[in-house]
Amino acid sequence: MSTRRIVHPDDTAAVLGRHRDLFDDSPLRRAATLAAPLGIAGLAIFAVWWLAIPFSQIGPGLASLGKFIALMFPPSSGGHLDLLVKAMGETLAIAFLGTLIATVVALPVSFLAARNTAPHPAIRFVIRRVLDTIRGIDALIWALVFVGVVGLGPFAGILAIAVSDTGALGKLFSEAIESAEARARESVLASGGTTLLAVRFGLLPQVLPIIAGQILYYFESNVRSATIIGIVGAGGIGLQLSEQIRTYDFDQVAFAVIMILITVAAIDMISSKLRLAIIGRRAVA
Amino acid sequence: MTSSILSVPQARLEALLAGYQREVGRRRRQSLLVLAILAILIAIAGRVGEVDLANLVDNISNFTSYFGRIIPRLTISHFGADVADWYWNISGWLKLLLDTVLIAYLATLVGACGAFAFAFLAAANLAPSHSLRWCIKRVFEFCRTVPDLVFALMFVSAFGLGPLAGILAIAIHTFGTLGKLFTEAIENIDMRPVEGVHSTGSRFIETVRFGALPQVMSSFASYTLLRFEINVRSGSVVGMVGAGGIGQDLFVAIRKFYYTDVSAILLMIIVCVAIIDLATERIRHRLSGQDNGK
Repeated sequence: MSTRRIVHPDDTAAVLGRHRDLFDDSPLRRAATLAAPLGIAGLAIFAVWWLAIPFSQIGPGLASLGKFIALMFPPSSGGHLDLLVKAMGETLAIAFLGTLIATVVALPVSFLAARNTAPHPAIRFVIRRVLDTIRGIDALIWALVFVGVVGLGPFAGILAIAVSDTGALGKLFSEAIESAEARARESVLASGGTTLLAVRFGLLPQVLPIIAGQILYYFESNVRSATIIGIVGAGGIGLQLSEQIRTYDFDQVAFAVIMILITVAAIDMISSKLRLAIIGRRAVA
Repeated sequence: MTSSILSVPQARLEALLAGYQREVGRRRRQSLLVLAILAILIAIAGRVGEVDLANLVDNISNFTSYFGRIIPRLTISHFGADVADWYWNISGWLKLLLDTVLIAYLATLVGACGAFAFAFLAAANLAPSHSLRWCIKRVFEFCRTVPDLVFALMFVSAFGLGPLAGILAIAIHTFGTLGKLFTEAIENIDMRPVEGVHSTGSRFIETVRFGALPQVMSSFASYTLLRFEINVRSGSVVGMVGAGGIGQDLFVAIRKFYYTDVSAILLMIIVCVAIIDLATERIRHRLSGQDNGK
């Protein structure tokens, strides 16, 4: 005969009794688990009250939103297909050149901002704060500033993306450099190489694939952000899009949005292929 | 003294060297090809993007002098009065800044709740229905690809000026990005607890609650905090199209050349973002520490 104890499923009280410690938390712990959701909800209620969210507007707003969506079908280019294609091309050019310039600037800067390659902690500190400041300002604000400098047009957008991404990429690159292994660099130094050689042969091969992946990722996200900076006149499809929304040409809005969706999907596909190729090469090397 | 280094026969050495040269040459050619493609792309993009370096060089003084002009005149002798003059509207701006943070907070909350509800239906390892999963993934994609300002513009037309339009616009964008991140987090979980719960005959909701949720909760919280920080930044921008927050004042200040106002507002935004950055980083480290402790 088996000596195993059989627990009858209907005997829940006994089971619960045996595992009381699992179910009886101390009141303090219960309060702690309750505190987080209560705090979140409380802050949400305060926010709704502070911002005076007009709930009465939601009903009519949804109705007019429904009207907008109904107006979107069928999407039409409104006879400006060539203009839209050109604007989309501008958007891609802005994202591409913006990312490229940001990379070229951020790469040397990131070596000065990384703990293991910075010549002096003070330099590192200053550069980090500068990068943080640049990053804290949205690309759209940079676009506004650059429209004032070089005039309306995609060039302002390129500069805006380049500057705001220099902050972000500089930080990411320096983190990649910091997480690189020191052994390869040390061995180059030990065999009599200069610091520059150590960086070139001991560090770059490690960080380059990571950096390339991040650049591709930022290119993707820049295609998305380049679609909006046109709203302030910095080139790209955003100008058309905002004008069409303001003039209630929602069929053209739908057309432009579909164009953006298709382009972004295509870019995502290409860059994920490229990223795989780069990471694959690293696995082989 | 005799050297103990083995010398390689001449013929073998040559073969090895030739192989090495071939390999190096191949890699060089590959790099050159990539560079050439890059150069062509730069040329095309430069034409389409109307890059005009002469224009930039001519007007770069505008850029530097712009920063010269937005820096307020602070003298040591009247430091307090100068700062007060610079921040003449501090109470109004602080109110708007709080507006911005709260817009970001509500938008993050709404977006994260929505993403939380749908992510389990979109994850390949848990989704009860394949076609439903495909649809939800496309919805996520749509929500994060359409820029939040486009949503903001439409919502301003529909709901009127004010924070409601901004909250909804950022919430939709958050829904799309967090939906994707949450789905990926769920797809990476250990399936054994899920199978364990499932084998006891539980329903979908119970499987998710007791099998999957405990594994992903901390990464969900961490992603949401990161998103909150990004949303504070976008919250400072949606005001430009009239969707509430400090963006409206900043936009007016830039457009009307109230130089010192621009620097005052920008500095407030930067400090605010930096504080939130630090605070959320602290919390995120704690959450990931908890994870490792388990």
